[in-house]
Amino acid sequence: MSNYDPVEVTPLHADEMARMQADALDAITAARDLDELKQVRLAHAGDRSPIALANREIGALPPAARAEAGKRIGGARKAVADALVRRQAELEAERDERVLVEETVDVTLPADRAPRGARHPLTTLQERIADAFVAMGYEVAEGPELEGEWFNFDALNISPDHPARSEHDTFFVESVESGKVLRTQTSPVQIRALLSRRLPVYVISPGKVFRTDELDATHTPVFHQVEGLAIDEGLTMAHLKGTLDRFAEVMFGEGITTRFRPNYFPFTEPSAEMDLKCFVCRGASAVPGNPPCRTCKSEGWIEWGGCGMVNPRVLIACGVDPGRYSGFAFGMGIERTLMFRHNVEDMRDMVEGDVRFTLPFGMEI
Amino acid sequence: MKAPLSWLREYVDLPAVTAHEIADRLTAAGLKLEAVTSYGYDVKNVVVGEVLAIEELQGFKKPIRHCQVEVGEAAPREIVCGATNFAVGDRVPVVLPGGVLPGGFEVGARKTYGRMSEGMICSERELGLSDEHAGIMVLAEGTPIGADVVELLGLRDDVIEMEITPDIGYALSIRGVAREAAIAFGSAFLDPADVSPPTEAGPSYPASIADPTACDRFVLREVHGFDPSARSPLWMRTRLTRAGVRPVSLAVDVTNYVMLETGQPLHAFDAAKLTGEIVVRRAEPGETLETLDHVVRKLDPEDILITDGSGAISMAGTMGGLHTEISDASTDIVIEAAHFSASGIARESRRHNLVSEASKRFERGVDRELPLYASWRAAQLLAELGGGTIQPGVTHAEVEVEPVRISIPSGHPGRVAGVGYDRETVIRHLEQVGCTVVAGTVVPADELAAKLAVTGDDMLTVTPPSWRPDLTDPNDLAEEVIRLEGYENLPSILPAAPAGAGLSESQRLRRRVGRALAASGYVEVLAYPFVGERDFDNLQLPADDARRRAVRLANPLSEDEPLMRTTLLPGLLKTLVRNVGRGFGDAALFEMGLVYRPSQGAPATAPVLGVDRRPTEEELASIEAALPAQPLRVGAVLAGEFERSGWWGKGRAGTWADAVEAARTVAREAGVTLDVRADRHEPWHPGRCAALYAGDVLVGHAGELHPRVIEAYGLPARTSAMELELSRLESPSAGPVAAPVISAYPVATQDVALIVDAATPVAAVEAALREGAGDLLESVRLFDVYTGAQAGEGRKSLAYSLRFRAPDRTLTAEEASAARDAAVALAGERTGAQLRGV
Repeated sequence: MSNYDPVEVTPLHADEMARMQADALDAITAARDLDELKQVRLAHAGDRSPIALANREIGALPPAARAEAGKRIGGARKAVADALVRRQAELEAERDERVLVEETVDVTLPADRAPRGARHPLTTLQERIADAFVAMGYEVAEGPELEGEWFNFDALNISPDHPARSEHDTFFVESVESGKVLRTQTSPVQIRALLSRRLPVYVISPGKVFRTDELDATHTPVFHQVEGLAIDEGLTMAHLKGTLDRFAEVMFGEGITTRFRPNYFPFTEPSAEMDLKCFVCRGASAVPGNPPCRTCKSEGWIEWGGCGMVNPRVLIACGVDPGRYSGFAFGMGIERTLMFRHNVEDMRDMVEGDVRFTLPFGMEI
Repeated sequence: MKAPLSWLREYVDLPAVTAHEIADRLTAAGLKLEAVTSYGYDVKNVVVGEVLAIEELQGFKKPIRHCQVEVGEAAPREIVCGATNFAVGDRVPVVLPGGVLPGGFEVGARKTYGRMSEGMICSERELGLSDEHAGIMVLAEGTPIGADVVELLGLRDDVIEMEITPDIGYALSIRGVAREAAIAFGSAFLDPADVSPPTEAGPSYPASIADPTACDRFVLREVHGFDPSARSPLWMRTRLTRAGVRPVSLAVDVTNYVMLETGQPLHAFDAAKLTGEIVVRRAEPGETLETLDHVVRKLDPEDILITDGSGAISMAGTMGGLHTEISDASTDIVIEAAHFSASGIARESRRHNLVSEASKRFERGVDRELPLYASWRAAQLLAELGGGTIQPGVTHAEVEVEPVRISIPSGHPGRVAGVGYDRETVIRHLEQVGCTVVAGTVVPADELAAKLAVTGDDMLTVTPPSWRPDLTDPNDLAEEVIRLEGYENLPSILPAAPAGAGLSESQRLRRRVGRALAASGYVEVLAYPFVGERDFDNLQLPADDARRRAVRLANPLSEDEPLMRTTLLPGLLKTLVRNVGRGFGDAALFEMGLVYRPSQGAPATAPVLGVDRRPTEEELASIEAALPAQPLRVGAVLAGEFERSGWWGKGRAGTWADAVEAARTVAREAGVTLDVRADRHEPWHPGRCAALYAGDVLVGHAGELHPRVIEAYGLPARTSAMELELSRLESPSAGPVAAPVISAYPVATQDVALIVDAATPVAAVEAALREGAGDLLESVRLFDVYTGAQAGEGRKSLAYSLRFRAPDRTLTAEEASAARDAAVALAGERTGAQLRGV
């Protein structure tokens, strides 16, 4: 210190300045929460804080000493401000942590205020089948459920005296002579498709059909079939087999074993039945000595559906030239397919509308 | 068809394979295996014994014998027996202790009726031979004592049961099955009809065919001096039993046996009861016949009859008459073997609801050449087993029938299959099934045959055998070739279909509706569409309600539900009741399905058109006109809590409003905003029923059900429902949605509270606000409805939040207020709404 200026300004002494800065920093560190820090800020960095007051004294210094004193005060203020920012951030982080902990909930609580419903698996299975065929280029054809006998029988080459006609267990609309029935099969849609569409025709037609069977574990008077029809030039039984093999794969996965065997339907000739190897016993129950199988009745195979080359007589009844066009048709039971695919044991479960049965199937199958 | 393997092996030289292997080959040929039943394999330790002594035990309720039986062991066995039809010295089958009878029934030595019984003397039924159980089985004199009864009586056999499709009537016989087995195994076939009847000089009992459309062959033979007390031999009874036919008497058993063996149904008349010439004709009006089952049947003029001087004596091919039946005193027998019209018998059988083994075969086609041979085989058996003599002569009435001949190119079967079969393969298989094949072409018999005709290179003309009346078309022949080549050998080729158009708009809509309702909490059901008058009563439908006009079934499953639904609600409500009954009181269900609405003035009958050509558009329209309208509907019902109670607090009961919202959900999927108006419409609560409109078209109703409906169905209180006709929501004019222009300028919100009369529909207020607010309105939302004292008696307060926004500028407060005032003014004008607090 020079003695050139006799005026002594105590607060601007280096020692004093260091003490004020140390006081401020101690107070900042000691602040336990944001409120205390606010007080500390007022006390040590506010307008009336010791450092601020000391700053006012600078003017009293001789010009030569002012620069140094200014520097000293600036350094102290910056140190305090920095400490405040740091402490502010620390305390805010502490507070946030505490609040979030306080807001913790039990995330395992249920929240099923408005439970979702479900679509019937028979509906979604029909859609899945339709999608599989739409992907192959087919379109979905439709027809009425209450149908003219001509569509349900005659046009399909089932003449009035045909044994197949009496085997159909038909619901007749009163009177029996009305010429109207509840369709016993989805095959009349074949006729409607051939009468209304331009050739070639590739259609799939899932829908409801009716037979006079009482409801039990394996029968229901109202059930669903899916009809397929392809009429084009040059279609063969090999194409039919290929189409059904693909269908079986889409439904039941690769590795499903199918069997094609002769059968009889008036509307197809040649006719065949598509069997699936029983996926419960894998055919083992058919071998004598092995345990019996409920699913396939120990036959080793399960009938999936009938099919064949569309009988040229059917084409003629629809005005299609059998000399130029040929094709195939098939019809599979949707209930049977659902039973095999999802191990449904009792037909009644699909019929009664118990929500416990339907809910697990959700929106798609 | 049940075919005992031992019987089959008489006519086909089958290799030593199991019954299952045979059945598998037959299945591959089209005779599908139903079941294989094995007989006698489990039978053990049954031997021939001789009854040495009988002691009748006293003091029991029924006669009991204690017998000494010599079975070829060191000492005789003592056996207790309850039968009395045997005597000392008789040879009988005895199951020894440790032996096993059919069904795994083990026999031991035990004390019974106070004596030891070391085994059992057996009846035919106990040995699994027949149903005979009146007494024990007495074997022929001299049957060796100690011999194994299983071997001796041929107890062991396998019966293959097959499902025979209606086209192959010939497979309803051992003859037909044996022929198929012979082809399948490449084995020699011996025709059971190959019985070489003698050439007869004269006729037997006189007969003629009066109606050649009813019958084209009628054969009679006579056997005289038949012993009516003669019993059918055990082998015959066993085979009949195992083939599923109950043995009756020798004469009847023989006709059944020959039918099972050859496929030719036969009938035996008591010659003494016949008067005058037998004539085959149709019934006369008013004619009746008492059939074997003691039913007096009123005959239809189309029925085919066998008649004699006394009138009808038999319904051809279905059931014989009682009066001329063979009895236990008949000694002279007339055997009838005929070939009747297949469709004639089919109709007769259906008309009288009479299905017999004979009618089943005639309907499916019997070999026209069989009657002469089958009748001879039957006569031989009657003579041989019943001690009669075959009378010389055979009556043979016949109508000339032109044989069916079909021409195909030799490549046709291969083109159907998608495989190249060479000419030799095609001819070989056709010959295997009995066809004769020559080169060349025949002229089609009629116009239909001409349409079916297939032409091409290397034409073959095929004459099917008499036992295959099902082979009439080119594709029938193709099937024979393909099935004998083996369906399992067909290649599997996926055809390339042309690109399709995907699902239709309507099909997509149905899927969306299903998903939307399921996402809203509804579970889909598929109820039966059968309803009864009772449902209409339960729904409180007025007497003249259109929904009471329903299609009636002629043969409903239940007399209570003979009608087809005209609304989806009964099925939904019954399913809801079922779920509630099973403990699911909070349930929301939906169904999508057709209803059946008869059109007034529609023709009662849908014509049955011809099939030899495409019907005309008028003909097709005449069928459509007779069918009821079958629109697609969607319905939903809900009961209990629609939003669940839980730890968060109380749930929310489902109400009329949820039902209306379900309808809106459906309509939204169809791109339609429903216009909701209050209505009174059963089965809804008259004060809580909404009529739903798409524009001016009524599409359905929703709301809370009428309390009486709730009571009638036993539903939970306040059950609500909606039903709408999806077909009416499908508007092709809707077109694609026009994208909105999104304004980035700020929104100006204005809230208003309006006082209206309590009866004023909210929808009307909102519509007026929308219209009055003009283009600047972005949205309007009702956020409160208040009906307390401050609103005033009979009034309600509606609080709306209106949001305004302009596409091109920030709205000023004045602009927003002006728009709001215009909205309120129009609402006031239209509905009397007043701004609250003004």
